[in-house]
Amino acid sequence: MHANSEDDVFRQLHGLRVAITGGTSGLGLALVEEFLDRGAQVAFVARRREGVAEVVHEHAGAHGIVGDVSRKDDIHPIAIQILAALGGLDVLINNASNLGPSPLALLADTECEDLERVLATNLLGPFRLTKALLGALASSAREGRGAVVLNVSSDAAISAYPRWGAYGTSKAALHHLSRIWNEELTAEGIAVMSLDPGDMDTPMHALAVPEVDPTQLKRPETAAREFADAVAKLVAFMNRSSEKMVPESVQ
Amino acid sequence: MIAAPLPIQRPADAKLLVVDGRGRVTHRSRSRFVDLLRCGDLVVANDAATMPASLRGEHLRSGQPVEVRIAGRDSLAAESIRSCIAVVFGRGDFRVRTEERPTPPKMDGGDMLTLGPLRATVAAILGHPRLVRLTFDGSVDEIWEGIARHGRPIQYSYVTLPLALWDVWTPIAGPPVAFEPPSAGFALDWSTLASFNRRGVQFATITHAAGISSTGDAELDARLPFDEPYYIPPATARAVKCARVRGGRIVSIGTTVVRALEHAAQPDGMVRAGAGLATQRIGRATRLRIVEAMFSGTHEPGTSHYELLRAFVVAGVLHRMDEELAVGDYRTHEFGDSVFVEAMEMRHRPVRAAVSSSLERGCARILRKDGRCRRR
Repeated sequence: MHANSEDDVFRQLHGLRVAITGGTSGLGLALVEEFLDRGAQVAFVARRREGVAEVVHEHAGAHGIVGDVSRKDDIHPIAIQILAALGGLDVLINNASNLGPSPLALLADTECEDLERVLATNLLGPFRLTKALLGALASSAREGRGAVVLNVSSDAAISAYPRWGAYGTSKAALHHLSRIWNEELTAEGIAVMSLDPGDMDTPMHALAVPEVDPTQLKRPETAAREFADAVAKLVAFMNRSSEKMVPESVQ
Repeated sequence: MIAAPLPIQRPADAKLLVVDGRGRVTHRSRSRFVDLLRCGDLVVANDAATMPASLRGEHLRSGQPVEVRIAGRDSLAAESIRSCIAVVFGRGDFRVRTEERPTPPKMDGGDMLTLGPLRATVAAILGHPRLVRLTFDGSVDEIWEGIARHGRPIQYSYVTLPLALWDVWTPIAGPPVAFEPPSAGFALDWSTLASFNRRGVQFATITHAAGISSTGDAELDARLPFDEPYYIPPATARAVKCARVRGGRIVSIGTTVVRALEHAAQPDGMVRAGAGLATQRIGRATRLRIVEAMFSGTHEPGTSHYELLRAFVVAGVLHRMDEELAVGDYRTHEFGDSVFVEAMEMRHRPVRAAVSSSLERGCARILRKDGRCRRR
C-alpha cells in the first residue's frame, strides 16, 4: 500500500514505453507484470517461443518477442520488434542474465567457453541492445518523455564471492559500463542506472544456491516494485525538467 | 565518380565538397564538417532506422523465385506495414546489377507470395509489372517478426559482401521505417553530436520513411521518389521556430529532411509538427522556405537526389560541382563521400518570421547557450 499521493503519481505510468529482456521468469516476469499493472506499454524478450507465448497469453497487452540477446545477429530483429510494437522507447531494462556454470565453479575450473557465454549475455547483450536502441531513447529524451536504461546488477558486481567468478565479473563490468555510459549520455538526456535487486526467490537463485530456503529470500515482485518506483521517479523528474524548458510562448 | 564498395559508415579519409552561398567550391576533410556550422544553427537529421526490406521467396502460382523490396507505405504507424508498396524482382540477388535483374513472373491481383515465414497477397499491380501493392497475412506483431527475422537490408551490387543491419543503421537510428538508410546520417556519431552541443549548434530529428534509390528500370525510376510518410516532433518544430528567432540556419542532414521540412513549411516560415505524407518533387522550380544548407551524399546526374540539388544551386554551380567531384576522385552511393551545399540566395526564399519579445525570451530560456554565441 502506498501512503501518500506522491507515490500514487508514480504508480501511474500510462503511455510509458518499456522493454524488458528475460521477461518470462523471475525478476523479468515480475517487471512485466508490475509495469503492465501501472499502465505502461510493455514489450519483453525471451529465448523460448513457448515461454513467450505463455506470458503473452496470460498478460493481455504485453508484446512478446523471441530472441537471444547474447547473439549479435538477434539484436536488430529484437530492436525492430520492440520499436514497431511500442512506437518508440522510453525505458529499456536489461534483465536477461546467464549464471554460468552450475553448480557454481571456481574460476580456475570455469571453462573458457562458459565465461564467454556469460559475458555475451550479461555484458555484450546489454551493450549491443542499448547501442541499437540509443537513437530511439535519445528521440524520446528530446521530446521530453524521459529516457532510462536500467541494467540489473548484483551484489556479486561489488563483492568478490568465491565461485561466482564468471557471473560476478560480468556484472562488475556491466555496472561500470552503466556508470560510464550514464556520464556520457547525461547531455543527451538519457539516464543509465545499474541496480541490485537483492537475493530473490527466482529460478536463477535456486540454480546458484539450491540449499537456501526460498521463503527466506526476497520476492521478485518486491524487487520489481522497487525498480518500477526508481524508474518512475527518474522519468517524472526528467519530464518536470523538460517542461520547465519549454515556455508557453514557444509552444 | 566511383562507387564506395565497403560498408564503412565513417571512413577516416572521407571527403567533403563544400559549396557556399555564392557558389564557390572548396574541398575539405569530412571530419571537419562541424567547422562549417555556426553557433545558433539548427542541424536536423532523419532518425529513421532501416528495416530489412528485402524479402526472398516464391510466387506460388508459377513456383518461380522472387525478391520483394518493400518500397512504400501509407503512414509510419506500425500497422500500416500490413499493406505496402513493393518492387518485385525475378531470380537472383543483389550480386546482379539491378538493371540486369530478370523481371518477376507475371503477377495478377490475388496471387500469393511466400516470403520466408510470411505470406502476402498481390492486392494490385500498380501500372508496371514490377510494382505491386502487397497485403501481408497475420497479426501486426507476426508481420514485424517475419520481416525482422527473414528480411535483409536492400543492397546493390557495388557492395560485394552481404550487408547486416549493423552496417546500415545510423548511430541515431530510431523507428524502423526507412526502406534504405538515410545515409547522410552515417557521418553523425555521438562524438559529433557532443561537439554540436559545445559549439552552441542545436540538434533535432524528424522521422522520414526514406525510400529506395533505384529500381533498375528507367520507367520506374522516373516515378521516384514515391510518396514518403514522415513525422515532425513538436520539439523539432519548436527548435525550427527558435532557430528562426535567433537568426540561425536550418541545416538538413540528407535529402529526406529537406523533403519533410519543406513539405511541412507554413506560410509564416515555421514548420507544422505532426505526421504528413511528402508527395512533392524538389528541383529547379522549388523555392526553399525552411532549409538553408544541406549535408548529403554525392549524387549522380539523372537521379532524383541530384535534381533536388537544383533547389539549392543554379545549373552552372551544379556543373562545377560535378567537375570537382570527378577531378577529386570522390566516391558515391551510401558509403561514399559527402557534399555540404548552402542554398544560393536566389534559391532560398525565407519568410520573415514574426518575432515577439516573449517568444524571444522563451527561446533564450530553451537555448541557454545564447550568451556563449554573443561572446564569440
